[in-house]
Amino acid sequence: MDVPCFLDNGHEEETLKKQDFVVRFAGEGGQGVVTSAEGLAQAMAQSGYHVQTFSTFPSQIRGGPTWTQTRISTETVLSPGDELDVLVAFNEYAYENHKDDVASDGVIVYNQGEFDIEDTDNALGMDFDELAKQTGNNRAANFVVMGALAQLVGLPLRVLEEFNRERYTRGRPSDQQIIDSNNMALSLGSAEGDKSGFVLGEIAEAVKPEGEQILVNGNIAISLGATAAGLEIFVGYPISPATPILLWMEQNLVGEGKFVYQSTSEIESITSIVGAGFAGKKAMTSTAGPGFSLMGEGLGLAWMAEIPLVVVNVQRGGPSTGLPTKTEQSDLLTALYPGHGDIKLPVIAPGTVEECFYAGIMAINWAERYQGPVVLLSEHAMSERRQNIPLPDVSKVEVENRKTYEGSNGYLRYDGFELSPMPIPGGSGAYIANGSEHDAMGDTTHLPARHIQMTERRFSKLDLLNDGTFESENASANVALVPWGGSKGPALAAYNKLIDDGMDLGWYYSMYVHPMPKEMLDALKKKDLVIVPELNYMGQFASVLRSEGIKAVAITQYTGLPFKVGELATRVKDLVSNSVAEGVSA
Amino acid sequence: MTLKNPEYDFKWCPGCGDFGVRRGLEGALEKYLAETEQPSENTVVVAGIGCSGNMVHMLEKEQPFGIHGIHGRSLPISMGVKMGNPDLNVVVVAGDGDFLGIGAEHIAPQAMRNLNITAIVMDNGVYGLTKGQSSPTTDLGVITSSTPYGKMEEKVHPLRNYLTMGVSFIGSTISNKVKDMSDMMYQAMSHPGFSIVHIQSPCTEYNNTYEALKGSVKKGIEPLAYDIPEGHDPSDPEAAQEVVNADGIPLGIIFRDTSRPTFDQKVKDTTGSKEMKSVESLIEGFTI
Repeated sequence: MDVPCFLDNGHEEETLKKQDFVVRFAGEGGQGVVTSAEGLAQAMAQSGYHVQTFSTFPSQIRGGPTWTQTRISTETVLSPGDELDVLVAFNEYAYENHKDDVASDGVIVYNQGEFDIEDTDNALGMDFDELAKQTGNNRAANFVVMGALAQLVGLPLRVLEEFNRERYTRGRPSDQQIIDSNNMALSLGSAEGDKSGFVLGEIAEAVKPEGEQILVNGNIAISLGATAAGLEIFVGYPISPATPILLWMEQNLVGEGKFVYQSTSEIESITSIVGAGFAGKKAMTSTAGPGFSLMGEGLGLAWMAEIPLVVVNVQRGGPSTGLPTKTEQSDLLTALYPGHGDIKLPVIAPGTVEECFYAGIMAINWAERYQGPVVLLSEHAMSERRQNIPLPDVSKVEVENRKTYEGSNGYLRYDGFELSPMPIPGGSGAYIANGSEHDAMGDTTHLPARHIQMTERRFSKLDLLNDGTFESENASANVALVPWGGSKGPALAAYNKLIDDGMDLGWYYSMYVHPMPKEMLDALKKKDLVIVPELNYMGQFASVLRSEGIKAVAITQYTGLPFKVGELATRVKDLVSNSVAEGVSA
Repeated sequence: MTLKNPEYDFKWCPGCGDFGVRRGLEGALEKYLAETEQPSENTVVVAGIGCSGNMVHMLEKEQPFGIHGIHGRSLPISMGVKMGNPDLNVVVVAGDGDFLGIGAEHIAPQAMRNLNITAIVMDNGVYGLTKGQSSPTTDLGVITSSTPYGKMEEKVHPLRNYLTMGVSFIGSTISNKVKDMSDMMYQAMSHPGFSIVHIQSPCTEYNNTYEALKGSVKKGIEPLAYDIPEGHDPSDPEAAQEVVNADGIPLGIIFRDTSRPTFDQKVKDTTGSKEMKSVESLIEGFTI
């Protein structure tokens, strides 16, 4: 299946109008920070702009410092944005903590009802709540802010008015009243922006992307993909940042033959989907680091007994409880090797919200095809990120089902060194799915010849997963930039920048981390230097590549936040020049 | 699996109670298959790890499907099997270490859900396969390889716990009463809900309790095990409470509540009766 790539986009062109704005909303949980950012994203996406949101919030129910960022562009958005064009500060704490991220020509919009700023000349103060009150609708503060933003970035108010009308035409008697007050809020905000005299430039008119678009986050995209691939059973335990997948499943995966349930632990989640997979169903769970650690033994059973299932691990930061609401790419090694003994699981790590959809499909397909567990490795930043992506064409989705056994009883389910059809309980060919080393019928045995056969059989099945696709650009370069997972976007933006600067740099990327497309592996083996930007301390993917004989060096970051494009480009440049000094031909 | 599989290299010790449990289970399955007219492939035996878990390989009659899974996790595995296909007859075979020690956390949730499966628990009061460590049902003060100065924790009372946790069918028996056991297991499999047949299945190697359970007139030992009086009404929770609170090992069906819907029935009646939207319309819900 072709997964679209964004290589043709992302090159910034110099024009008089600005192509791109980054707005951050920061304040206290419950102040409407997230709804403002998502409302802006929705409004701009409806007008044909490309958008991406990025959130980070504390691990508590209400309150606490929180912020969400919306990037608006005339082209596909690859990263959250390094610097802020506008900071919307709902309180003083937010202002103090985020003011340093504002670009030198950026503007701070702040809530004068809460605090005052006197030490800068680029701040626009207005009383969000007081202005909202003037409209007769206390909840219109978001629209006051959006009105001011529209004025600052030269966006016609009608774009937001149109969004307002569509959003609040809900067939209720109060619709018109709300729409009117929101429109008034837009005008009041816009007037405040105008009074301030600040202008950030005029945003270029959107070129509507071809075809229909949807606005989803990574968690939803994974859920939709897995459902499109025929998912039937889902058992999960609440854990940040994977919980929304469980909730989506509870709501939507219903009907005869479907079973979705909140378990009592991740151990119950994994072992029950082992049972469901054995019973012939397409089964999945989702979790994050701590839950994934608990699933190791169950994943080993699925690998050993050859039972299809999918585990989605939405990575968060750190070992143990770590950073539940921050992003990191530090679960790669545990995803590949989650349990004891000889085991190496297939891992698909999507790099964009759009890829999340296809990863959901392919994870289920792979599990069915090779009759074993597959790990879908997502990340916090992607799970919460809302982005416009092309409406997937479900009619083009290829759904795979496991080969099942239909013959008579007395079947040797584990015969031979390769995949064999799987009997389903209720049908013929009864066998024992055994987590102990076993003979051909599934009985426990300790014979060396059997352990050799079964070990080789289990690993041979990975060869069936050889259809992973990959991207490559400028393949003749001796040095290649090879990100994985959610660092793809910032890495691609950095790559485009470096190419524009005249660097001879290659680009390789695949969401199929294991097994990786052979052609890509072979190409990387020939490189003098493979640079892997990744969000962890150990340089996990680089070490995996080195174990394949590739000269890989990691650029690591472990802040709990994604890479900034500018910084990353500089680090790539530095690494290349240092390597050239050491004899690498670049 | 088959009577003679030369590759299968596990054996129960001579005199092991699990031999009797096997005959009991084979008899119960035979009766269940005959009564329900189901093929043996409609039954799935989910085994834990330990001597008891090997039951899944030792059955000699018509072969059911089996899973020999993870220590302590037979119940959640069985939930996946049953909810994956509610038409299957799902039987868990586990020991006291597996079921009441490492796997204890899984009993109460299945009782609350009333998962429609049957758990057969072989209780020998010791970890046999790892050679004689104390188990949850080992008596206080007993010296074992892992309690060289005597066991320091009180023994678990499984029957009391099952009743408190809301298990809807509780039977208790002993491994040498094969016919009674078969009948009880058959009734458990036929029970609509979570059923447990708890069996005293002595370990002749590390904890031979035959004499204590059955008593000895010659040695003047009063038997621990006794038949539940005929007038006992298993549908009466208070009567059941009296039985499990009494000293000794009661033999018979202690509790049976058929009034609660099974888990699969509840799912069928709630989410199962909803109509799922097509994938296309689920996706189109996010159209900009």
